[in-house]
Amino acid sequence: MEKEHIVGKSINRVDAIEKVTGRAKYVDDITDKDAYVVKIVHSTIAHGYVKSIDISEAEKVEGVVKVVTCFDVPDLPFGTAGHPYSTDPAHQDVCDRKLLNTHVRYYGDDIAAVVAEDEVAAAQAARLITVEYEELPFVLDVEDALKEDAPLIHEEYEHNILKHTSINKGNYEEARKEPGLIKVEGWYETPTVQHCHIENFICSAYMEKGRMVVTSSTQIPHIVRRVVGQALGIPWGKVRVIKPYIGGGFGNKQDVLYEPLCAYLSMVLGGRLVKLENSREETFVSNRVRHAFKAHITSYVRKDGTFVARKMDLYSNQGGYASHGHSVVAKALGAFPQLYPCDNVEGDAYTVYTNRPVAGAMRGYGIPQSMFLYESHADDIAKVLGMNPYEFRFKTLMPKGYTDAFSKNCNYEDTFRQVMEKGNAYIHYLDKYEKYKNQTGDIRRGVGLSVFWYNTGVWPISLESSSCRMVLNQDGSIQLQLGETEIGQGADTAFSQMAAETLGIPFEDVHIVSTQDTDLTPFGTGAYASRQTYIAGFVIHQTASLMKEHILNVAVELTRQMKDNMDLINGNIVRVTDGKVLMSLGELATERLYSLQKSEHITAESTYQIKNNAYSFGCTFAEVEVDIPACKVEVKDIINVHDCGRLINPKLAQAQVHGGMSMGIGYGLTEKLMFDERTGKALNNNLLDYKLSTMMDHPHLEGQFIENYEPTSAYGTKSLGEPPACSVAPAIRNAVLNATGVAVNELPLNPHILFKRFKEEGLI
Amino acid sequence: MYDIKALYEAESVSHAVQLLVEHKDADIIAGGSDVLVQMREGRRAGKELVSIYGLDELRGVSMEDDGTIRIGSLTSFSHITKDPIIQKYINVLGEAVDMVGGPQIRNIGTIGGNTCNGVTSADSASTLHAWDAIVEIAGPEGIRRESIHDFYIKAKKVDLRPGELQVAILIPKESYEGYYGNYIKYAMRNAMDIATLGCSVNVKLSQDKAVIEDVRIAYGVAGPVPLRATHAEETGRGKAVCEETFEQVAAAVLQDIAPRDSWRASKAFREHIAQVLCKRALKESVRLAGGAINE
Repeated sequence: MEKEHIVGKSINRVDAIEKVTGRAKYVDDITDKDAYVVKIVHSTIAHGYVKSIDISEAEKVEGVVKVVTCFDVPDLPFGTAGHPYSTDPAHQDVCDRKLLNTHVRYYGDDIAAVVAEDEVAAAQAARLITVEYEELPFVLDVEDALKEDAPLIHEEYEHNILKHTSINKGNYEEARKEPGLIKVEGWYETPTVQHCHIENFICSAYMEKGRMVVTSSTQIPHIVRRVVGQALGIPWGKVRVIKPYIGGGFGNKQDVLYEPLCAYLSMVLGGRLVKLENSREETFVSNRVRHAFKAHITSYVRKDGTFVARKMDLYSNQGGYASHGHSVVAKALGAFPQLYPCDNVEGDAYTVYTNRPVAGAMRGYGIPQSMFLYESHADDIAKVLGMNPYEFRFKTLMPKGYTDAFSKNCNYEDTFRQVMEKGNAYIHYLDKYEKYKNQTGDIRRGVGLSVFWYNTGVWPISLESSSCRMVLNQDGSIQLQLGETEIGQGADTAFSQMAAETLGIPFEDVHIVSTQDTDLTPFGTGAYASRQTYIAGFVIHQTASLMKEHILNVAVELTRQMKDNMDLINGNIVRVTDGKVLMSLGELATERLYSLQKSEHITAESTYQIKNNAYSFGCTFAEVEVDIPACKVEVKDIINVHDCGRLINPKLAQAQVHGGMSMGIGYGLTEKLMFDERTGKALNNNLLDYKLSTMMDHPHLEGQFIENYEPTSAYGTKSLGEPPACSVAPAIRNAVLNATGVAVNELPLNPHILFKRFKEEGLI
Repeated sequence: MYDIKALYEAESVSHAVQLLVEHKDADIIAGGSDVLVQMREGRRAGKELVSIYGLDELRGVSMEDDGTIRIGSLTSFSHITKDPIIQKYINVLGEAVDMVGGPQIRNIGTIGGNTCNGVTSADSASTLHAWDAIVEIAGPEGIRRESIHDFYIKAKKVDLRPGELQVAILIPKESYEGYYGNYIKYAMRNAMDIATLGCSVNVKLSQDKAVIEDVRIAYGVAGPVPLRATHAEETGRGKAVCEETFEQVAAAVLQDIAPRDSWRASKAFREHIAQVLCKRALKESVRLAGGAINE
């Protein structure tokens, strides 16, 4: 009997039928309809103190059960980032917010909560609450937040700097003195954007036998359990978190959002079931957003393109609370000296509190921002040198064999050049770049290129650990449980393929338990850092191997054959010496479970700690048409090429790339959360005014791969979750540069910014 | 769950009028694509509603004996786009309303609702202004008719008096006969958007297609209500079909429009785009009318 390979096949998603038929259950589906409903009251100033809240009229509304204000909640500041816990206090997340806050730090901060029998009563009551504030000056941009006279958003952080880190390599000041160097410098800037996952955040909470049960639309159930415990001041074992199917997250749900508040409200109501669901408008403002970055980059290069000295000052707009804080910009800073290695580099990164909504994790974690900064700058250098941007990158990008001293990541293959060659072959960049670079007329074409740097998981910055359980059924099928979560990306399918492959059973015989329940599910930290396929791979491989070992030991007893002569192939115990099927796994499982001599329920469970990381690189090529009088850019053709190691499921990998490219097109052309400078209020926190791109704004999205087997990985794979969103926007920007000669250093390239830039450059 | 105080369902136009007279604070709901959204936002929370959605007599497009095109106020956008009378005589209106929101909105949203909202960005509004449409209104005093130019009073305010509802939109034969039109919606994305600026143009050319006999130019979002660019029209009327004419007409638009600075777009940007759209919509209208365009 031949072993059937399951890893590498485009198998349909394990949850496809449930999801397309609407049978998959989400938080709202599984919350009893008699749940009380929560409506949060948000601040209507950007910065200041709540002096008093009048809830008397709200309490009179029929159906209102309870109104809780910022003066009622426990004085227990907590952090919300979905980071693995650190037992070292120096590495723990910043605890800077309470369940509801008297010191409000952004327009939309949480100051009170109404609990009512239904949402109409809750909304009516919330409108009747009046608040008296002591207003303070507010700042929306890092430049203003860093000024001497800026208001302090958190008193203990001078100049509103949450954290500042540096890199220093060689001697920048000396190196730049070399005669004949060409200096290229510029400011580059990215906007505040939001994840816009389909399902808004929702959770519910009730108490059972003195314990808090929270059901949440989260990427990180085990982390939510810890933070709910911390925020409420109760032992972590008294908290149970359940995560059913969720409608996307993109990192917004890699943060503890309103689970602690919801749990607290249930607690003050004696454990009654309470449901808290955000509107889209709240999701934009009072969940998390992507950090806006601003950087000044200076590069000294020789005429042949060689980098001699580089310097960067990078600022990250944190918003009102720390959340993921400095980790995001630190990742971006870390990539700077690696992408284009240079002997003399100075870099400073600052994470600065402002009175914008709170920035947290979002797909790419600082890399989509920094790739816009770095890859725009790369094209600007090529332009000054008169070099083709493709050739400039070919010459200067990280070479094969490069090893990063900190992460120990090694660039095993010449990935950057491989992906660029593949992208060029599709879009004919080299030909078109020359053809397009000196156009005239109203409508012009352009091609652009950007690469991206990425890695896999969070080691060595944080813990990487994952646990897995396999339980054998009488028919030879298994239940597979992991702490790592399905959030729409297809993780459950990839995990099932790995388990079937290593254990040696048919794919259909793996029943993955999609729901995580911290009472039942082994520990894992969840969906983030594009970690799960790589990280869970180790523990699935290890647990399946343990399970198989166990099964073969049982087979020895039942068949009297030598263990090394047997294998588990496609759900059968096979004598490999002659290929004879000795018994099915189902027969073995049934016999063993019901044996009057030696009954046993066959299971395996293990934890694997990963002390590796893996580079995951790729690129985008885009072709655009620029309508200069109309100040519009249309993407006519676009390709992403990724090296994410071996593809576990090519069709799902394609889908992942398409989603990321779509997100990148929105980031490049249309998306920007805007704020009223007079009040700090978000202006466009809805899906009409926030211009998420639609199907009608996309051309065909081409996704291709280079499958260099990742040698550190259990299945040869590495990250693909976030990378597809990382290089799209700078490729579009560079294509507009090729088409028009106009460098736009600010995202998004929407008609407003193009109007301004085309006017400045005399095109209109 | 919506915060609706009461819902009264009209069984006829006269019943609707009666309900509106009886419930003076009630709002009219047709397709609900605006009213329900605003109710959820809290803006219309707790209101009484009179639903006219069941009044099938207000649905559909027909041609009257004198050649007037009658569009029932409850006719959905997708219905208008697919209607053969619209396609034959005023296709530009079908194209314009096909740019509203997305397919679901176009199936539920009505042209009556689009105009009674009184918003300047409504995709039907600039084209109806360009065609000199007539609004037919039913009320306690019976039926009255009013030019669409007078129907719009100010932003979000139309001339509907107590007890009144709009029942039809009429396009007179003299408005469309011999005219060809084009609408350009300028928005930040290609679907699910409202217009940053909308420009609807129609022209009538001379027999030899060499002269612009008449031109009508209307804008949405160039002022608080949809408006006609009368100076630009005057500039184009009687002029030869040529690039110079297009340029002159587009330049004259600045005398007619009054866009404002807002976070959605700056005045300077809107003024620039208004000229670009005028020129492009005019050229396309001329092309549709059989005129020669030299690109």
